[in-house]
Amino acid sequence: MNRKDSLFKRVITAPYTVWMAIFVVVPIALVVYYALTDADGHFSAANITAIVDYGRTFRISIELALVSTAICLVMAYPLAYAIARMKARRQGTMIMLVMLPMWMNFLIRTYAWIAILADKGLINSFFQLLNPDFPGFKMIGTRGAVVLGMVYNFLPYMILPIYTVLTKIEQSTIEAAQDLGANRAQVFRRVLLPMSVPGIISGVTMVFVPAVSTFVISKLLGAGKTYLIGDIIENFFLGNTGTVNYNIGASLSLVLMLMILISMAVMNHFDKDESAGGML
Amino acid sequence: MKVLSKAYNILIFAFLYAPIAVMIFFSFNSAKSFRRFEGFSLRWYTELFQDQVILKSLYISLAVAALSAVIATLIGTLASVGIHSMRGAKKRVYLAVNNIPVTNPDIVTAISMMVLFVFFVTRLNMMEMGFGTLLISHITFNIPYVVLSVMPKLRGLNDNIYEAAQDLGCPPAKSFLKVVVPQISQGIVTGFIMAFTLSLDDFVISYFNSGSTAQTLPVTIYSMTKRPYSPKINALSTLLFVAVMILLLVVNLRKSGENKKEAKH
Repeated sequence: MNRKDSLFKRVITAPYTVWMAIFVVVPIALVVYYALTDADGHFSAANITAIVDYGRTFRISIELALVSTAICLVMAYPLAYAIARMKARRQGTMIMLVMLPMWMNFLIRTYAWIAILADKGLINSFFQLLNPDFPGFKMIGTRGAVVLGMVYNFLPYMILPIYTVLTKIEQSTIEAAQDLGANRAQVFRRVLLPMSVPGIISGVTMVFVPAVSTFVISKLLGAGKTYLIGDIIENFFLGNTGTVNYNIGASLSLVLMLMILISMAVMNHFDKDESAGGML
Repeated sequence: MKVLSKAYNILIFAFLYAPIAVMIFFSFNSAKSFRRFEGFSLRWYTELFQDQVILKSLYISLAVAALSAVIATLIGTLASVGIHSMRGAKKRVYLAVNNIPVTNPDIVTAISMMVLFVFFVTRLNMMEMGFGTLLISHITFNIPYVVLSVMPKLRGLNDNIYEAAQDLGCPPAKSFLKVVVPQISQGIVTGFIMAFTLSLDDFVISYFNSGSTAQTLPVTIYSMTKRPYSPKINALSTLLFVAVMILLLVVNLRKSGENKKEAKH
């Protein structure tokens, strides 16, 4: 590479370097700064120890996100498999059908469920049509409604990556397993599942991360009764003047960020192990 | 087994589309109710187009999506070329920083930028929360996606052609424009479209960084969901759904046309 060229490359990279430094690196540093100081800017570990008070919220958020992720995985796999085994043209149409709702804003997708689940919503109206004395289900405000909202919003994110890895598995691989005497369950457990691990991992990440950090789904479908970690963070940054506290908000965000980073690192490690095992 | 699998597929698609169907159906309801359908009317569509708040936020959404996508595509494409030619630790650091906004949950990206803006606003009195901060935040989360869609195209490129152009006396900037850009144009277009749609669809980052003067459409929709039920949202959703459907159809038709062309070659 000549000198003129390396200078040129440095010049065209400069705007990016400056932009990412100011608007990505400095903000993260500021979050760390806020998390480790008090309102006057003095060093303090109080925000970090205050996280213990939100242990229950963290637990509920993780639980609901894990349940939603598991439901998505179980729902998505058979569909992804069925699509991957269709004719090429039909696959394109089906995948477009999976993606279409994804392109609608998730606020609208979540809002649509209120009409269905509300006390005077469609489901209850239907049952009251059959039986006028029907007291009605209470659905909005329950954890079930929040999980439903998460599954509904993020299901396509699970279907797509699993579908992608499944299309890469040749039909002949499955037939080879069958020829060697594997039954349906064995083909699934010994061939399909190990080979679809990378897709499952990216699907799990793409569902779990937005689910664990949401505050909109819990607000709309949880009706303020199911409080998630996202709701708490939102409240510390945009709540009423009395409740705003950037320091605790920053420390909660920091924990959320680290939690997700660590779980992703663990999962990637797992992914490498699996694929190495598959090669042997 | 085949029947079972088919029934299962239909069930999942019913689950995905039922809420959207409900919204579309009740957007034509003459009454302000989602329990009873009292007659066909376009009342909510008329009211929608008279709602200045919604129209203004639609305009802001489109403006911020277009501007942020153009700027992010410029910065991201240029940087991809630089990052591509880096080696070792420097390259790893750049790619790691590029991944921060992609892997972080939206809410963390959103509050980290909000903290920066508030810091500048309150301590230095440099700016106010509004269109400026909204635009900056959108450019910031768009850039990494442009880089991620341009980099793979650069990897598939033969560097010798670029170097040959320079050996023949073409200055770096010109050989970049004449040799590299045409070969990675597909990645640039993908990056631009991705940036535009991500920006249009974003709620969380806009919600924390727009202030009260520059609300995007999703932010306005969010504030509408907090107020009593209004079928205007249904009308708006129906229009958006139709728009997205047409867009996807056009893109798919174009793609299959391209595939056919490529198959002929």
